[in-house]
Amino acid sequence: MLTGTLSFAQNKNAKATTEVDGVCGMCKARIEKACLNTKGVKFATWDVKTHQLSLIFDERKTSLKTIEASVLAAGHDVKESKATDEAYASVHACCKYRDDDVKDAHQEGEEHKKGDGHNH
Amino acid sequence: MKKIIYILLMFPIIISSQNSISGVIMEANDKNESIPLAGANVYWLNTSVGTVTDIDGKFALEYSKEYTKLVISYVGFKTDTITVSELKPIRHWLQPTDNLDAVTVTTRKQATAKSYLKAQNVITVSSDELLKAACCNLSESFETNPSIDVNFADAVTGTRQIKMLGLTSPYILIATENIPSIRGASQAFGLSFIPGTWVESIQITKGAGSVVNGYESIAGQINAELVKPTTDDRLFVNLYGASSERMELNTHLNTKVSDKWDTGLYLHGSTQQEEHDVNNDGFMDMPKYHQINLMNRWQYTNLEKGFVSFINLKVLNDEKQMGQLGFNPNTDKLTTNAWGSEIDTDRFEISTKLGYVNPQVPWQSLGVQTAFSSHKQESYFGLNTYDITHNSVYANAIYNSIISDSRHKVKTGVSYTYDHYDELVNSNIYERTETSVGGFFEYSHDNLELFNLTAGIRIDYHNLLGTFITPRVHARYSPWSKSAFRASFGRGKRSPNIFAENQNMFATSRNIVVNDVGGNIYGLDPEIAWNYGFSYLQGFNLFGRKADITFDYYKTDFKNQVVVDYENPLEISFYNLEGKSYANSFQTEVNYNPFEHFDLRLAYKFYEVKTQYNSGKLYKPLVPKHRFFTNAGYKTQVKENGAQWKFDATFNWLGEQRFASTASNPIQYQLPENTPTIATLNAQLTKVFSPKFEVYLGGENITNVRQNNPILGANDPFGANFDTTFVYGPVFGSMYYAGLRFKINNKQN
Repeated sequence: MLTGTLSFAQNKNAKATTEVDGVCGMCKARIEKACLNTKGVKFATWDVKTHQLSLIFDERKTSLKTIEASVLAAGHDVKESKATDEAYASVHACCKYRDDDVKDAHQEGEEHKKGDGHNH
Repeated sequence: MKKIIYILLMFPIIISSQNSISGVIMEANDKNESIPLAGANVYWLNTSVGTVTDIDGKFALEYSKEYTKLVISYVGFKTDTITVSELKPIRHWLQPTDNLDAVTVTTRKQATAKSYLKAQNVITVSSDELLKAACCNLSESFETNPSIDVNFADAVTGTRQIKMLGLTSPYILIATENIPSIRGASQAFGLSFIPGTWVESIQITKGAGSVVNGYESIAGQINAELVKPTTDDRLFVNLYGASSERMELNTHLNTKVSDKWDTGLYLHGSTQQEEHDVNNDGFMDMPKYHQINLMNRWQYTNLEKGFVSFINLKVLNDEKQMGQLGFNPNTDKLTTNAWGSEIDTDRFEISTKLGYVNPQVPWQSLGVQTAFSSHKQESYFGLNTYDITHNSVYANAIYNSIISDSRHKVKTGVSYTYDHYDELVNSNIYERTETSVGGFFEYSHDNLELFNLTAGIRIDYHNLLGTFITPRVHARYSPWSKSAFRASFGRGKRSPNIFAENQNMFATSRNIVVNDVGGNIYGLDPEIAWNYGFSYLQGFNLFGRKADITFDYYKTDFKNQVVVDYENPLEISFYNLEGKSYANSFQTEVNYNPFEHFDLRLAYKFYEVKTQYNSGKLYKPLVPKHRFFTNAGYKTQVKENGAQWKFDATFNWLGEQRFASTASNPIQYQLPENTPTIATLNAQLTKVFSPKFEVYLGGENITNVRQNNPILGANDPFGANFDTTFVYGPVFGSMYYAGLRFKINNKQN
């Protein structure tokens, strides 16, 4: 039972933080959903302002790399790699976080940060 | 909110090419002059197709059918995105960003907020809203809220009674910091024992509510969150005086004792010692009274370890005197010299809360609440005596966690209640003890976007109510932006405290008849009801300003109810329901911010509350079928030194209400079948001088509306027809008040 011994050393509630790019409450829902849909992730919050993603996950089931891959697949850039163009294209028009103008637009509207829906 | 002001003017110019779009970008200004904006960026959203405007603000840009959103941006101006559906020249005014202040203000927190995200239909009333009606205790805090109806219980005690979904407060679970507090003996006057300045915010849940706080709620739940030593002002003083010579003083004192401990001392004193009789019926229109209310809170905060704890102590003494002018308790008490009444209440409360959040795993938390209260009321009303002592113990432990991930939350726990009642009703003694032990489990699912669901169930073993299950379910669905459809259903069960909850009956000559069928509570059976609700909330923009509209429909269906029957004017009788009893309530409410700093709230309510009485199926007395409500608030821009003016006005219109039958009375003591309609207006003006000091001035019932003869048989108070319960409107005419607030803010704020 080699795997058994190995997993014993692994943390059931491993914590990690990383940076994910995004602009608004809609991005927040998308990012968190992508994380939580990854098997083994128990907790994910993404901060609109600081772009920090805080995670708690079961190391026996998943890893930060896997979670980042899910976030990339949802169309959001992570610290060291960029989402594919196809994935980025799937992101809603008003969440195009790579676009400076979209970024600026969101800086003005406080509301997006509260995540209470999206109003365009 | 991104405020987009743009005007699209369409010019009948034939353009040479179908594959390009042209237009002019201008700088927005007050005079609506055409000031061209040179060098602005114009591009199609999500493309690299873009251009810059020329010296005349003009531009021309490639067009293809896939392009629908045109983005216009320029440094120092707000970025606008406009939808292009036709190939027509564009004239667009771009808003300079120095108008941004105004934009931020429009997103300021509303004083009353409805949640778009929660499964339950919760209305949060912030302290801002509470200040709109400066007065004075919790019973008066709902004046600006259309979901709660406030009316007088009788013509002598000045007690305000609240209703939700057409049902009186015993059917609402009223809690302070989630500990059920206004229940049992304190049901009738308890709301006036919570000073307004102690309240930080109020959460009103319509419909069944959560199972966590017990099985008793039927129409809804009201939770008052109190001020906390760490966040409240270091020093707060509020002084209030009214034209009725009512005086109030509130002081809060909060100090940091050590690194982890904070304490707050809150003192409330109020008094009114003048006899008023505006309607010349020989009776005081409101009681003479004084109240002293003291609370001491201790807060322990240790964020590293994840502990937050509160210890609260409360002591209250309230003494009221009512009745005929010149009544002297020393010589006239319980005699027929004059009709008078006194209510003396002493209450003592101690409660603790311990909260632990696992710093390692933030979804895991444990909360333990305990409360002990002793409530003693001694009173007489004319020749009727009513004394009650109610000792109560409450304990609740709640464990929060998740299943697999944080979209699936669970709450589970156990609770224990103990209530001992000792009542003296004239010469009869009623004594009973109620104990219950229960467990609950609540699951909530949140898919982070469109849908969430809260489903809870509890099982309780109660010595008098038996063993029973209480299910409650709430769901929300938001199919499109800023919408929320909600549905809920749930069951509630309670033991009716027939005397404590209907104390106004003592201020009548009615005989009290309890139809004892051998049940466990005064010979009657517990009340059981199901509540079903549906609501739809939609936020939208009207002329570029924020607005929302809500439609609510709730139905409460009683399986058993202790019917309170006033239909025989010489009697009040209590009996188990045989047949149907229900309360249907429909409410529509619009909130709108038509211009900066101005908030408008309009509401209409329709009630159908019917019960099967012995004399037939009738509308519940004194519940208006129609109610219309308006509240308007205006604030001036806050100056740099914090100075500001605030204006607020509330208009209420109540339709006809049914009087309980007086048909068998002698003709001079007969009332019409229905009350007239009634409209009242309240207004308040606040001048904030600085964050430290403000004064306010207000008027209640400014149009001086009065019910002329609120007391039936006032000329013969010991006669068979004396009755003070036929009250549908203000007894005292208009009242004016003024007050001041002085505060020194906490540094942590």
